[in-house]
Amino acid sequence: MTTLQINGKPTTVDATPDTPLLWVLRDHVGLTGTKFGCGMALCGACTVHLDGVAVRSCQTPISAATGKKITTIEGVGGSKVGKAVQTAWLSIGVPQCGYCQAGQIMTATALLEKTPKPSDAEIDGAMSGNLCRCGTYTRIRSAIKVAAGMKEQA
Amino acid sequence: MDMSTLFTPEASKPTGTRRRAFLKTPLVGLTLCIGLPGFGLAADEPQKYGGDGMPNGLRDSPKIFVSIAVDGTVSIVVSRSEMGQGVRTSMPRIVADELDADLKRVRVVQAPGDEAKYGNQDTDGSRSTRHWFMPMRRCGAAARQMLEQAAADKWKVPVAEVVTQNHQLVHKPTGKKLGFGAVAVAASKLDVPQMASLKLKDPSKFLYIGKVDTTLTDGPGIVTGKSQYGIDTRLPGMFYAVVARPPVLGGKVKSFDAAEAMKVPGVVKAFLIEGAPPPSEFMPVGGVCVVAKDTWAAIQGRKALKIEWDDGANASYDSEAFRRVLQEAVSKPGGKVVRNEGDAYAALATAAKRFAADYYVPHYAHATMECPAATARIVNGACEVWAPSQSPQAARDRVAKSLNLPAEKVTVNVTLLGGGFGRKSKADFVVEAAQASKAMNGAPVKLTWTREDDLHNDYFHAVSAQRLEAGIDANGKIVAWVHRAAEPTIASIFAADQKNLAAFELGLGLTGMPYQIPNVRIENPEAVAHTRIGWLRAVNNIQHAFAAQSFIAEVANSVGKDHRDYLLELLGPDRLIDPSKIEPWNHGESPERYPINTGRLRRVIETVSREAGWGRKLPSGQGLGLAAHYSFVSYMAAVVEVAVTPKGELVIPRVDIAVDCGPQINPDRIRSQLEGACVMGLSQAVVSEITFKNGRAEQDNFHQYEIVRMNMTPRKIVVHFIPSESYDAPLGGVGEPAVPVIAPALMNAIFGATGKRIRRLPLKDQLSSPV
Repeated sequence: MTTLQINGKPTTVDATPDTPLLWVLRDHVGLTGTKFGCGMALCGACTVHLDGVAVRSCQTPISAATGKKITTIEGVGGSKVGKAVQTAWLSIGVPQCGYCQAGQIMTATALLEKTPKPSDAEIDGAMSGNLCRCGTYTRIRSAIKVAAGMKEQA
Repeated sequence: MDMSTLFTPEASKPTGTRRRAFLKTPLVGLTLCIGLPGFGLAADEPQKYGGDGMPNGLRDSPKIFVSIAVDGTVSIVVSRSEMGQGVRTSMPRIVADELDADLKRVRVVQAPGDEAKYGNQDTDGSRSTRHWFMPMRRCGAAARQMLEQAAADKWKVPVAEVVTQNHQLVHKPTGKKLGFGAVAVAASKLDVPQMASLKLKDPSKFLYIGKVDTTLTDGPGIVTGKSQYGIDTRLPGMFYAVVARPPVLGGKVKSFDAAEAMKVPGVVKAFLIEGAPPPSEFMPVGGVCVVAKDTWAAIQGRKALKIEWDDGANASYDSEAFRRVLQEAVSKPGGKVVRNEGDAYAALATAAKRFAADYYVPHYAHATMECPAATARIVNGACEVWAPSQSPQAARDRVAKSLNLPAEKVTVNVTLLGGGFGRKSKADFVVEAAQASKAMNGAPVKLTWTREDDLHNDYFHAVSAQRLEAGIDANGKIVAWVHRAAEPTIASIFAADQKNLAAFELGLGLTGMPYQIPNVRIENPEAVAHTRIGWLRAVNNIQHAFAAQSFIAEVANSVGKDHRDYLLELLGPDRLIDPSKIEPWNHGESPERYPINTGRLRRVIETVSREAGWGRKLPSGQGLGLAAHYSFVSYMAAVVEVAVTPKGELVIPRVDIAVDCGPQINPDRIRSQLEGACVMGLSQAVVSEITFKNGRAEQDNFHQYEIVRMNMTPRKIVVHFIPSESYDAPLGGVGEPAVPVIAPALMNAIFGATGKRIRRLPLKDQLSSPV
């Protein structure tokens, strides 16, 4: 039995310590907002925050998450920045299929927590680990700027 | 919600057998019909087009799609699958607009797979809005007129005095008002008005249709992680499964040993899933299924399996060797003649100048971000599945066949799709889930494909080799056009020994060549399929447009002319081409209503080149490239701007796309589809490739099958709409037709920037390596 702090709640799970956090969230806890995309930290769909740092939950065994604050897409709206990112995503109409967007939002939120007014290069640098097969990247860039309160050209 | 709903949905009728849409009328008499039972129409049956020509056709009754609760909540059923194109946003808005419903009080309900009730549900071919715009308008208008009549009856006034306004009924003379909910029960008892008596809205009164609005039905769920995709289904007592599949098409499990797998904590069972031998159409390829208490344990258990494969006939498939086979096939005259006008070979022989070029496009995988995944359970002899399916009736029929159940004992619930692109029209993964549940005595099982599974066992985009040859007269005009294309056919998944392209593939940008050239010969040499071939967004247009649009730019350059001017000159005077003369499939659309309109193609070329500043002087190492293409009955042109660094690194500052898709129902979703098509086209052009060795796909995951990331994405993708004259004009497709223009426009731009001509996709390191 392992106790994890997920979105502010202590949650006890029965999984081996090497089980990736991704599958514990999805299959054991029922938080399916965090997505499986590759299993090799190549696509970013599974991104969550550990103590505010964006990590790939598919490559994070729960033993490495114990004692840390885990934030998922279901909880990220609890922070001011997370909420602003979600709101910007809607106003820009970022999602197409939407599957990767949880990971995109988690990465974008971590970026803005650390770098409130990112440059174009900083946005591309932070976000290029998150794949989107629908190709919403230009709108993600715009939405990050809107969330950051930066003026985005039409 | 109050359950006294209105327009009570009719009881579901049993579903008969069905065929894929493309197996219907447009292919009569062509190769694919051979060996396919039930194919074609009876001789006396009139030809049907568009949505009417699809299996199970169209429906427009509000009794099927609309219910109104007494609290006024309007529920609108969406029968098509949401995979990012915005159908769950756009379709209900069409109904709601005609109904004068307030979108804040509209609920969207997803239909299960049931085409006897809902009409055709195949979400593919860029045709959901194209086929359903008018039926959905009629549906909303009929519901509105029923509410008006019910209100008139209640007020005892002539119905002509009643109008709708923002979710209310208004008696014009007195200003009396009633909410929709107040008359919903009475309205539900009325007959649906006949089509002739429907009063569709004047488009000037549209509230939602054609309006720019970024609101998405599923937006709030998506950004908070609450939306349910196929992979997200959870049922009480559910098990989790993965399958080890034959790595080679036609391969089988010779033997397997699950002893070590069973020792993995959490693994509960390992068993054989029977595969269908090729041609296996939408059925599973078989393999060994591992069931466990969570997905991770199932994956670990699968790793511990010892399987001996019998690879079968495709064990030696090597895509590099096959490239040479295809290139040899197109290098000399021959193959099935699929279009022939004048005498192209004679004209070539006597032309003042000749130009020829070879093009190659590899296999691609769909790589939907959500891998195929489905959940099934079997209770009391009835199977219920939850699946991200583009074709839920096809899934229902295949599950029924696999479990030996009547189709009415199978329910296919459609979840959101984490990407589709054609992959999720295939029911193989849904059938696997049903098989796994059956093996678990009906317990709920979620079966998930890993990314490796997805890339190894996809229905791949066909590899292709093409040669184009032009005869050019003394004035630099093309007088002879020879195009040879060899590519394995999608028909190979349905029938044995299919080696030529089917009509629906020829019609994807090959035989419909619209340029004014007196001597045309298009040939299709045979090609054998050594892996499953499937539809991938824009399908054969990808390679056909890449070759033809690169080639025209090459010819223009060879005669010293501006590419844009040359392309327009080649297009000739504005005219309507009867597609039945050159490309009878015509996307299943009527040749009268949907002729090939060269004036519309001209206009997108003119628009995009003007908006992109065609002809402007660029510094060395930068270039603009143009391409135009007609597909899915829409007209597209793109200009790509590139900068190539001395080291050969590619930067794309901007892409402009002009689109003429007829009336624009949801402009923001059209824009987003074109932005996305641009990125997908760039993936195909620059980084993506599936190769085969020893019959096996060599790419395991995104480090080897690359797709464009944000750092490779153009800084700007600008979409330019050609306005439509009227909402009565025929609608064009949107989801697919922007993909094919991207690769040729990019390669034409790279040529402009560097003088290097890229004829083989993907680009990869061709700019940094010596020419």
